[in-house]
Amino acid sequence: MSYRHVVGPRTFVFADLAELMAKASPPRSGDRLAGLAAGSAEECVAARWCLAEVPLTEILARPLIPYEADDVTRLILDSHDAAAFARIAHLTVGDFREFLLTASSGTLAAIAPGVTPEIAAAVSKIMRNQDLILVARKARVVTRLRNTIGLPGTLAVRLQPNHPSDDPAGITASILDGLAYGCGDACIGINPVSDSVQGLTGLLHLLAELIDGFGIPTQGCVLTHVTTTLEAMNRGVPVDLVFQSIAGTQAANASFGVTLSVLKEAHEAALALKRGTVGDNVMYFETGQGSALSADAHHGIDQQTLEARAYAVARAFRPLLVNTVVGFIGPEYLYDGKEIIRAGLEDHFCGKLMGVPLGVDVCYTNHAEADQDDMDTLLTLLGAAGVTYVMGVPGADDVMLNYQSTSFHDQLYLREVMGLTRAPEFAEWLARIGLTDAHGALLPGGGAPLLAAAPGLAA
Amino acid sequence: MSRDDPWQRLAGLTPARIALGRAGAGLPTREVLRFGLAHAQARDAVHTPLDADDMRTGIAALGFETLPAASAAPDRATYLRRPDLGRRLDEASAASLAAAARDPVDLALVVADGLSARAVHEGAVPLLTALKPALTGSGWRLAPVVVATQARVALGDAVGALLKARAVAVLIGERPGLSSPDSLGIYLTFDPRPGRTDAERNCLSNVRAAGLAPDLAAFKLHWLIDQALNRRLTGVALKDESDRLLAGSAGREVLEG
Repeated sequence: MSYRHVVGPRTFVFADLAELMAKASPPRSGDRLAGLAAGSAEECVAARWCLAEVPLTEILARPLIPYEADDVTRLILDSHDAAAFARIAHLTVGDFREFLLTASSGTLAAIAPGVTPEIAAAVSKIMRNQDLILVARKARVVTRLRNTIGLPGTLAVRLQPNHPSDDPAGITASILDGLAYGCGDACIGINPVSDSVQGLTGLLHLLAELIDGFGIPTQGCVLTHVTTTLEAMNRGVPVDLVFQSIAGTQAANASFGVTLSVLKEAHEAALALKRGTVGDNVMYFETGQGSALSADAHHGIDQQTLEARAYAVARAFRPLLVNTVVGFIGPEYLYDGKEIIRAGLEDHFCGKLMGVPLGVDVCYTNHAEADQDDMDTLLTLLGAAGVTYVMGVPGADDVMLNYQSTSFHDQLYLREVMGLTRAPEFAEWLARIGLTDAHGALLPGGGAPLLAAAPGLAA
Repeated sequence: MSRDDPWQRLAGLTPARIALGRAGAGLPTREVLRFGLAHAQARDAVHTPLDADDMRTGIAALGFETLPAASAAPDRATYLRRPDLGRRLDEASAASLAAAARDPVDLALVVADGLSARAVHEGAVPLLTALKPALTGSGWRLAPVVVATQARVALGDAVGALLKARAVAVLIGERPGLSSPDSLGIYLTFDPRPGRTDAERNCLSNVRAAGLAPDLAAFKLHWLIDQALNRRLTGVALKDESDRLLAGSAGREVLEG
């Protein structure tokens, strides 16, 4: 079914819902690369007018990728909560935007299981940045494993202590530095150079010993392929969180070497380990706009809609953490600071609207037209939007992955400007060992207990 | 505030930016400026044009023939947005390479700007200098060295096919990291032709003075080329086992020679 919109003497025609959604998307280089973007600024807005009039029921009834052809589509439709959807079933996309602006946190939580990724993406395309911030701020998603993440007024941080050769002493040094800045409540998560089970095993033991040794109410993670983590669990290695990069189509997931069934197997294996203390959210996923196009697995669908579909994959496994790595993929998908900022806000909004605990790796590469000022802007906007967590990378410079993320200092900035506290269990731990005062402010010399516990390294 | 000695000792354990100190929630001024300088160098590495004429002169001085080539990306801004264009030759280059092709050869070498002209300016000639004796010793038939601009790795597939090469090695500027604006990557592809995937290549990464040194990179590349031509493949089925040689006497000779 085609869609049309008349602007003065011109009639804009869109062949189907996929084309309409692509052309309604705020401009970005990845949709141009895929040949899906609107041909003019006017066509883009005409598509938004048209999209605003589409009933949500119609989006539900017209899967962008056929049910038979894609297991993510099947997952979305088979797990759709019709009762939750009933509250919004009478709305068009335009009405839904207004509904969201006035909805309470409780209402947003109630409808989340009825919001498909395509519905979330559609409404995001007609929302301004301030709309994305305002609604996301109200949509709280709380998860738990060894602490409580996502409570209103809190911000968590993944401590990311990567090292270019996985050197245990170097990784430990970065962890101690990050802990001294009060980072690490989302998790302490290492991107390893090596994908071997041996390498993974060594790093997981390192994390477990540090976390147990200091009695830190947090979880460790080594971000390796899910099959490697499964093998490690089978060998009895301590795995708190199972990590995997995921995408919004079956074919893109296949390019990552992932199926829904292997994710299910890993989820069940991690649950069986019962390593949580206050909850059982044991999965950690990363996503990012452009991954499906990069894998030539995009089915002619725009990259932001496909990104939202990845959150449907995540949602099925009750994750502790999900983050878009928004500026990592490069300028052929998100060209500059403006496109990265917009995408970060869209991803965060769509995830939260769907009930997924979205964090954002606020980041860029050196061949993107972006810099630290753009990251400061996006970080601040996400702080206002109630982002679940951000990254803590030493000095914002990831010396293993060669990109710039947010730093230990950046999270201090955001806490001070926005008045955000840490996961409560983690905050109590920091105060107990003397790193912070009772209000969470870092104390001078507070890192001494950490150094005392690592005499071999610091001596 | 500044960190005392134990933190500085920890900082010696990793190239990561730890023990930076802080001014309230912010970085000390010196660290803001250090970061700014590193980012500026990385940005310059991406946007500085490759001096192709100078590069050809330097390579010719080593005794190689050279040819110029350009991708279908007309400028840097297009190159960054359209990786597909950077993988294809422009029509004039395709025609001139086709005209220059003679009998089939064993190896084509491509020196490409990629995402860091600086890496190529600083690293290509040292790498080729180290590689030249081994190439001569192996007696392989060589195509002229192609110096390519606005190029992605896969441009080497088109170059290798036109020059009738059994294998192509692309020396290309890697995406610059904040701490490594000068990193050269080397991609080897057996039976090059458009449509090859990255899984069909072997890669040596982080080739630079502070990373994989040119002499060692040249040793590994020579080993890989030899294996590729003998086993008629590259990619996931060909693992870099040159380290085994390095552990033995042959490797020591190379390193000491």
